Amino acid sequence: MKKSRVLNELKAEFPSLSENEALARLLVSGFISQLNPMVDELSDVKTAVSEAVTNCIVHAYRNTVGKVRMLVRIYDGSEVYIRITDTGCGIENLDKAMEPLFTSSPDEDRAGLGFTVMESFMDTLSVRSALGKGTTVTMRKKLRSRVQKDYNAG
Amino acid sequence: MTTRILFDEKNRCLVMLEGEIDHHNASQIRMKVDLAIDTHCPAELYLDFSGVSFMDSSGIGLVMGRYRILREYGAKLFVTNCKGSIRKVMQLSGMSRLAEFVDGNFEGQFERTNKEGVKNEEVQSVK
Repeated sequence: MKKSRVLNELKAEFPSLSENEALARLLVSGFISQLNPMVDELSDVKTAVSEAVTNCIVHAYRNTVGKVRMLVRIYDGSEVYIRITDTGCGIENLDKAMEPLFTSSPDEDRAGLGFTVMESFMDTLSVRSALGKGTTVTMRKKLRSRVQKDYNAG
Repeated sequence: MTTRILFDEKNRCLVMLEGEIDHHNASQIRMKVDLAIDTHCPAELYLDFSGVSFMDSSGIGLVMGRYRILREYGAKLFVTNCKGSIRKVMQLSGMSRLAEFVDGNFEGQFERTNKEGVKNEEVQSVK
């Protein structure tokens, strides 16, 4: 099978301040709007990104501020690829962290649904984490775009 | 962002949530709602999502946390007017087992009783 081509790419880096949760959503929704996504698809992607960035702020850089990196790519066939990376504390027990309703901070009204939301709202989710080094979340979603944009033209 | 909090003569409390609910905004909303709960101990709390344009799992945390407080003194929680993606996030969380989900114009109901002299509060939140 032919490997799908990267048609467009966005890279962003910002400090892990909670103000930037809205910024991350805005960036990703602005960027993928060129695919003419349906309203529900756009909300799905925004919600998943919001969860991933919030995890960086709340867990990875708990009580500190560090860098959050976001990479968004558009592949052939209206596929959105999102990678969110931090160099924070890492996740000790990934299986546990990914269990629905598990949270390491229940006293702060965290629902423990971050990964569950990412998993349900995107097609694929993969999480790599190393203690003391950081975490990378990768998500993909194929949009059922209304009009196939021809990138070859012009 | 404004969070309007209304009361009626039956000691019910309606919170008209507005805008985007994420981790950043949730703490401010939580403070306003908890202040209203602490001050008035409503018998029923209605969290209305008709004015909410975005919500991630921080919103679920907000609802669950209020549920726990209300349960302690036997009050009831209602979640009203969740649409689209907000409904989808709510469904994922299984909140429907803890709170009653209803739709309708609660703001209109509460505002009518307001005219009859029940004290209401408008809480302006800091951006």
